[in-house]
Amino acid sequence: MIILWSILALLFLAALFGALLGYASVRFKPEGDPIIDQIDDILPQTQCGQCGYPGCRPYAEAIANGDPINKCPPGGESTIQELADLLDVEPLPLDAEHGEEKPKQVAIIREDECIGCTKCIQACPVDAILGAAKQMHTVIASECTGCDLCVDPCPVDCIDMVPVETSIQTWHWQAPQPDYKLIATDAGRSGEAA
Amino acid sequence: MLTPSSPHAVGNQSVQQVMFSVWAATLPGFAALIWFFGWGYLINAVLAVATALVAEAIILRLRRRPVWFFLGDGSALLTAWLLALALPPLAPWWIPVIGTLAAIVFAKHLYGGLGNNPFNPAMVGYAVLLISFPVEMTTRWGIPAALATEAHSLLDSARVIFAGLRVDPALVDGMTMATPLDVYKNDIATLDAAELRAEPLFSAGWRVYGWEWVSGLYLLGGLYLLWRRIITWHIPVAVLGSLTLLALLFSWNPDLRVPVDLHLLGGATMLGAFFIATDPVSAATSNRGKLVFGAGIGILIYVIRTWGNYPDAVAFAVLLMNFAAPLIDHYTRPRVYGEGRS
Amino acid sequence: MNLMRLLRGDTDAPEWYDFPGGVHPPENKTQSLRGPIAEFPLQEEYVVPLNQHIGAVSVPVVEVGESVLTGQVIAEAAGFISAPAHAPTSGTVTAIEDRPVPHPSGLTTGCIIIRADGHDTWRPRTPWAHLQDHHHTDLLARIQNAGLTGLGGASFPTAVKLAADRNHVDTLIVNGTECEPYITADHALMRERPQQILRGIEVAHELYDFRRILIGVEDNKPDAVSALRRALTAIPAELEARIELRVFPTRYPSGGEKQLVYLLTGQEVPAGGLPTDLGMLCHNVGTLAALADAVFDDRPLISRITTLTGNQLPWQGNIEVRLGTDIRTILDWAGYQPDPNRAERIIMGGPMMGFALDQRQLPLVKATNCLLVPTEQELPTPPPAKPCIRCGQCEQVCPAGLLPQQLMWFAQSHEWDKAESHHLFDCIECGACAYVCPSHIPLVQYYRFAKGSIRREQAEHRQSERARLRFEARQARLEREAAEKEARRRQRAEAARARQAEQATTPTADSSPADPVAAAVARSKARKQASQSAAGRATATVSPGAPELTREQLSARLDSQRRRLEKAEAKLAAAAPEHQKAMETTVSKLREQIHKTEQQLADRPEREA
Repeated sequence: MIILWSILALLFLAALFGALLGYASVRFKPEGDPIIDQIDDILPQTQCGQCGYPGCRPYAEAIANGDPINKCPPGGESTIQELADLLDVEPLPLDAEHGEEKPKQVAIIREDECIGCTKCIQACPVDAILGAAKQMHTVIASECTGCDLCVDPCPVDCIDMVPVETSIQTWHWQAPQPDYKLIATDAGRSGEAA
Repeated sequence: MLTPSSPHAVGNQSVQQVMFSVWAATLPGFAALIWFFGWGYLINAVLAVATALVAEAIILRLRRRPVWFFLGDGSALLTAWLLALALPPLAPWWIPVIGTLAAIVFAKHLYGGLGNNPFNPAMVGYAVLLISFPVEMTTRWGIPAALATEAHSLLDSARVIFAGLRVDPALVDGMTMATPLDVYKNDIATLDAAELRAEPLFSAGWRVYGWEWVSGLYLLGGLYLLWRRIITWHIPVAVLGSLTLLALLFSWNPDLRVPVDLHLLGGATMLGAFFIATDPVSAATSNRGKLVFGAGIGILIYVIRTWGNYPDAVAFAVLLMNFAAPLIDHYTRPRVYGEGRS
Repeated sequence: MNLMRLLRGDTDAPEWYDFPGGVHPPENKTQSLRGPIAEFPLQEEYVVPLNQHIGAVSVPVVEVGESVLTGQVIAEAAGFISAPAHAPTSGTVTAIEDRPVPHPSGLTTGCIIIRADGHDTWRPRTPWAHLQDHHHTDLLARIQNAGLTGLGGASFPTAVKLAADRNHVDTLIVNGTECEPYITADHALMRERPQQILRGIEVAHELYDFRRILIGVEDNKPDAVSALRRALTAIPAELEARIELRVFPTRYPSGGEKQLVYLLTGQEVPAGGLPTDLGMLCHNVGTLAALADAVFDDRPLISRITTLTGNQLPWQGNIEVRLGTDIRTILDWAGYQPDPNRAERIIMGGPMMGFALDQRQLPLVKATNCLLVPTEQELPTPPPAKPCIRCGQCEQVCPAGLLPQQLMWFAQSHEWDKAESHHLFDCIECGACAYVCPSHIPLVQYYRFAKGSIRREQAEHRQSERARLRFEARQARLEREAAEKEARRRQRAEAARARQAEQATTPTADSSPADPVAAAVARSKARKQASQSAAGRATATVSPGAPELTREQLSARLDSQRRRLEKAEAKLAAAAPEHQKAMETTVSKLREQIHKTEQQLADRPEREA
């Protein structure tokens, strides 16, 4: 008798929780795939394609499907770290095959050399280049992501990538260096993180 | 080019000064220990400090840290010193040595050195010893000088410590005993309070019994630290307050349990409240957190002493609350200026 | 303190409220208060940086070679939070270029350099005798044009503060605290020119009609307090009745805006908010005196009072000095001799919040309230930092109620979100924590590092968000264009099919079905014609899918092709031998095209008619 009751009780509980889960899966069905959005949010949105995908979102989708997280040179170590934290995987060193981490750059068109071919305009993934056919082009520096996709198509090589320099407005204090590391016996461990 | 950040003025406190002041504040109590219980404490202290400095230097070397820079901060010295004050004075020589090694190597450096140890190193050393060598740790306490049948010299103490039972059991017996807390707790099962108080250990009054003097001088040292603002009042007050309260509540009948005066003055309570529990590295940090932390220690001291197996409980109480310190800190964050006031 | 008051049964509103934390560093104020404020002599050259205030960098409105008069606007405010800059003396603009300025980064920024003519000729000025004669709008404009910034050190544009909503502000807090050691610029001002401060209060009161005006002064300035009290007896009773002069015990940092608000009112500025959220405005005494100058005398901010102090200076005291004066020149004037045995240390501001200047020539700016040149005995170099022992001293002295050591751990491990949730941005960087730290950890630098990193990360995130939106918009546009192209292509294909069907059916309908050969010939002719006209379209630069060209269009095309041919021929004649071949091809191609167009034109008339 007790066995019967307990089986009934278990059955009831199983049915109840099954119904709850089923209801929840319908009621709280996520719109889109939030993990892709979260990954996309971490990627630097340079849209440079160095990862081998045509833009950051495709790479985000690829990561969500198991692609390694170390293919983004513009994001560099910090992006890899953030992705590792988000996805709870081991952070990997940046894959050199896709490029190196460089300081942030911005494209500058040497305007007297520009022939107005519009090739760079077509290449720019974020529409940060202004100009028209046979007219001189210019880069909207504040919108440029430094992806350097415009450099190759230029037939006259008039686009330079220049690193963004720190100004008084963008400067900020760096972390203090622990003094004792500078003492002789510590000389051998300068590479070690604090 | 980077210039150092403000402030350009620095106060006159330093880690060395803090450590030195704490050390200095224990000196009256230390003197009283030697006065009442013989030279064993001095030998303990020398053994512990020497072991600590050597161990610290070796470990710093292994960890490739600047040896003199860190050795000079005095933290290893203070850890060893506090451990030596807490150990039975006539225990075999390897007791302070093993305890100090456990404190410096395991409790301190394996966790990252000064500032990173979650547990009070001296108390880790003490707990390791108490669990591993319970006999040595409970029976080799000094007999107050006034109760001893004959006077004992530094040499006698050294013989007991370095040679021990195998060489001269009579001398060891003549010089050692259990602590009053231990004696009271064990004997109250068979005697009543009046009979116990008639025993020589408890009847000789203030001047000879010794423990009260030592505790009183620790209290004095603690007040000095408070005055120097090296510690704040929160932890000692919470420890002593909660212990007193519990003792008054549960030990009102001295025929059944150890009375409140023995709780406060008969063991390591004062040393613990002012010098051990206030170790900032392993304690809670906010003022409210310190009150909770201290109260927890006081409660645990009473609970373990009364219902536990160990005659004294400061070490375990402190270590258990060390576990809780991060949690306490999390829940006792001070109210930030401008954050909604309730 | 408050408890004591309660015990005494004293229930009146207290004179001051006790804020938590704080430290008592040695004051070191007497050495610079021995004499009156000295006038610093005019110099030959002035360097006026364009970013002497918090907010947008101002824009130069003079050109190199232009002569300027004292007090003339040489750079205008750019945007709402900004301030103009004025010529500190009359002379000629010799350059507008990047120069080093006093800033912890040591970087350069845009400056206007003026060579003085020595006459110090003022631009025409229009002093105001009575505020009541003028409209508030004019008054605000006058303040805005005077280039005033907070002179306490933070350099926030004063006009922006005074633009706060009139209906929500009822209290003025006058900051005469000057809690930082060494600095005595405000102290000297209160002692010598209290009436000027009160006139500044009058200006602010004219704008806001304050219910109460609280002047806060620390009790280490008794002479300043008595001077202010004397001056208070000489002002209109209506205003005097609203002013309360409050004196409270000296403790650093009682002069922090938030701390002073609490000290005087017992209210707390909400985290991340401003005193205006509580209906209060907070102004430094120096700012108010400058406000009076600007409004009554039409004298913009071209000079300020600066304390010269530190035992390395033989002359210590306060000077009134034109902005843009070279700091080295000022120190030389005070008899400064660098100590050859140790690294030089010149601090702009006080020992708690100031920053060290480097060796170069740097101009004095609106924020320079003090130049401190200490000896090693006065302010010893901090010893190397030791690990944190969690002693909690920092927490005891933090006036904002933060957990300084936790913030340091978070900064060290780059845990920015945790740092923010521990209220990093409520830190006022007063340095009390680092002052008491027995391990001498540069805590404030950790906070600045964390704050800067977080701000930069936020900016980067905003930018990447914008890049994402632009990328997505472009992507959508490309898709739309592709879709439109596809739709057009399909339309064309359908039209062609329809035409073909028509062409195919017409002949079969007309000719007899018994003549399949003729039909086949006709079909192939039609195909040929179609492909020919397609070829013609391809050579022409007209967009595909356009209807058949009209005669006019064809002749226009012919004209342009002939013009191109002419040009090409001319180029061919002038071309270098290596380009000869290419040009020849072009020319022959063009000739072919012209030929084709001519044919098409010749074909057209019969259909056209």
